[in-house]
Amino acid sequence: MGYTLDFSVVWHAMPALLWGCVGTLGLALAGMTLAMVIGVAGVAARDSKAAWLRALVIGFVEIVRNTPFLVQIFFLFFALPLIGLKLNPTATAIIALGVNGGAYAIEIIRGGVQSIHKGQVEAGYALGLHKGQVFRFIVLKPALRAIYPSLTGQFIMLTLTSSICSAVSAYELTSVAQRIESDTFRSFEVYFSVTFLYLAISWLLMLGFAVISHRFFSYPTR
Amino acid sequence: MTPHFGLPEFGFLLRGLQWTVLLTLVAFVGGCTAGLAVALLRTCGHKGVEWITRIYIGIFQGTPLLLQLFVVYYGLALTGLKLDAFVAVAIGFTVNASAFLGEIWRGAIQAVPRGQTEAAMALGLHYSSRMRDIVLPQAIRISLPATIGYLVQLIKGTSLAAIVGFIELARAGQIVSNQTFQPLLVFGVVGAMYFILCWPLSWWGSRMEARLALASQR
Repeated sequence: MGYTLDFSVVWHAMPALLWGCVGTLGLALAGMTLAMVIGVAGVAARDSKAAWLRALVIGFVEIVRNTPFLVQIFFLFFALPLIGLKLNPTATAIIALGVNGGAYAIEIIRGGVQSIHKGQVEAGYALGLHKGQVFRFIVLKPALRAIYPSLTGQFIMLTLTSSICSAVSAYELTSVAQRIESDTFRSFEVYFSVTFLYLAISWLLMLGFAVISHRFFSYPTR
Repeated sequence: MTPHFGLPEFGFLLRGLQWTVLLTLVAFVGGCTAGLAVALLRTCGHKGVEWITRIYIGIFQGTPLLLQLFVVYYGLALTGLKLDAFVAVAIGFTVNASAFLGEIWRGAIQAVPRGQTEAAMALGLHYSSRMRDIVLPQAIRISLPATIGYLVQLIKGTSLAAIVGFIELARAGQIVSNQTFQPLLVFGVVGAMYFILCWPLSWWGSRMEARLALASQR
């Protein structure tokens, strides 16, 4: 007996799926914010004078980058309650995404800071800029310009990775899809459509980031 | 009476690890073959073909691996073919690898100086000889760090086969964790196994990257 595809179930579930998209974006945004905090703190600790602190950061980065996110989120899911953090699945997922993204952010931000030559800062002072101006125009803007592509790429990666958070049933698009699938048994139709919802999300993000980059980081032409 | 995490449980994890390695190898070899085709089509010079491969790559880069796996897994089930779970997930990872490796090698092929191709053409070499003898050997060298980086991604990615129910390392960890009620120990061991697999590769990749960067400075 042949199988006839029926996408009407997806159409009926569209409001729930769109809310799932919102959930995914919220999860990714919260995770990325935490990742940035870990990233900045990590860079400071990575170049500190204390050897143990440097070793700690290097160890953290290597462990996170060489183990699967799925295992990380399972580990945190059971480890967080032990240190007194009894959180709901979505909060657990945010922490897992933040920890995972943080390790990558450390490497990215560190690269950006290292891309600013000391001579440029000195040149800024020699031109009579004061401290705030040197930081803003000589250090911050070029550093951001240098890491912007990797950082936004990382954000899109994080958004796609957040689908794995469905394994601890955090509220996001894939877990919404799994619920609809178990209600309707239309596995292929549901997952096929949801894949393209993710594609739409990452294309919109890419477009948005390109617009921002054009607005803030393009070199002055005059 | 729940069993504690002991040798039998550790052995079960090791068998899961074997499946993880096997799955990675199958997907990597398959992905290399198909990825080479994708890279060659992506740089063939025919606008239409280049566009189609570009969209193919874009779809895989812009969607979660987990969802790609679901679509292939349930899509294959619809065709009526009775496929083993291993074959189904292996096909899923192979297709994903073909897109990512295709994009990495596309970049490497385009990074080979244009003069090499022009010189080969001036010598009268036809396309297959030009690619096989001149461009690809240089491109492979350039692409090696990124290729190894993708291999690490692939090893970690195979853990998602656990979600569709195939028993590899991550799924084995879930099962043992549920049996022993020692999730921290079990997932700690599972994480350590992945780390032992991935870390030497990452190290090798970044060392090679540093050496290539040094070579291009001279």
